[in-house]
Amino acid sequence: MADRHPLFKPLVFVGGLVFGFGLGFSHMARPEVVLNFLQFEDLGLPFVMFGAAIVSGVAFALLPRIRDAAPLTGSPYERRLKPFDRNVLVGGAVFGVGWGLSGICPGAAYASLGVGNVAILWALGGMFVGAYAQGYWRSRSESRDAAPAGAD
Amino acid sequence: MVADPVLLQAVADLFPNGISRYAVGGLLVGLGTVVIYAGTGIPAGASTFLESTLSYVSDRSRFQRYVGSRDWRLVFTAGIVLGALAFAATVQSGAIATSLYEPGTTGRLYEVAGVTLWTTDVQPWRLFVGGILVGIGTRIGKGCTSGHGVCGVGSASRTSLVGVATFLTVAIGTAQVVAALGVSP
Repeated sequence: MADRHPLFKPLVFVGGLVFGFGLGFSHMARPEVVLNFLQFEDLGLPFVMFGAAIVSGVAFALLPRIRDAAPLTGSPYERRLKPFDRNVLVGGAVFGVGWGLSGICPGAAYASLGVGNVAILWALGGMFVGAYAQGYWRSRSESRDAAPAGAD
Repeated sequence: MVADPVLLQAVADLFPNGISRYAVGGLLVGLGTVVIYAGTGIPAGASTFLESTLSYVSDRSRFQRYVGSRDWRLVFTAGIVLGALAFAATVQSGAIATSLYEPGTTGRLYEVAGVTLWTTDVQPWRLFVGGILVGIGTRIGKGCTSGHGVCGVGSASRTSLVGVATFLTVAIGTAQVVAALGVSP
């Protein structure tokens, strides 16, 4: 958006850099390491997900008490709360099969490209095909489902 | 107090690469999320990028709802790729050595212009078919390991906790079945 603060995108970029460096460092950008966790051969993965969730959780809890709104957008600090419905279970299950088969999830796949994993283009291509297929199908029922887009 | 060596060995077997690289990496992932949230109030996830980027090439209403966020999501993803490249150029290449990092033995390392890069041995069909299901599932399920797993769990969102429990359980079952069928790597 044109009226956004000039530092908006630079800050998002810096956040992405740290995020991607962390995914590389934790080896989540390596499908084998994720598959080793899912096969109970290396249980390190929860330290990544829950370590990150604890850090973000502290910020989500503290920032609303310190400031009313974010400096670059004026948006209030809100938690990430999405409505629960059957889609969470259906989509979660489909994602689970894909994650268990490939060892790859979206953020880790972008990072995987950065660590030099050119083979990951297969997974990224697949993700766009899958996202397009579900979007094509859901666009038809969009008029019924007028819920606002979330910022996940 | 002397710790039981059998117990210690059992724990070590569960964490053949230690836990520090996982914990430190996770803290950085969380820190990246916090940087964006602190400045913008946005709890950013990685999977919406797939749909928001498709809005550049498709007029479908499902993608067009993300037009307002597609530019910064592109910037976020470019940051993730380049952040991982920065990791490859420093820690993975050995330019920065730290006892917190365990290099690991998976996949194959190769070098380009003095930077040590890494590529997977997991078969392309697994990546492609898995990718399709990830693309469908994360979008229908309202989030992925970062949206639900990091931001949602960090928000103590019941929806996200159920989402994480669902995809984690199904992924473990899938990986066990695939391994039992002898598919490797």
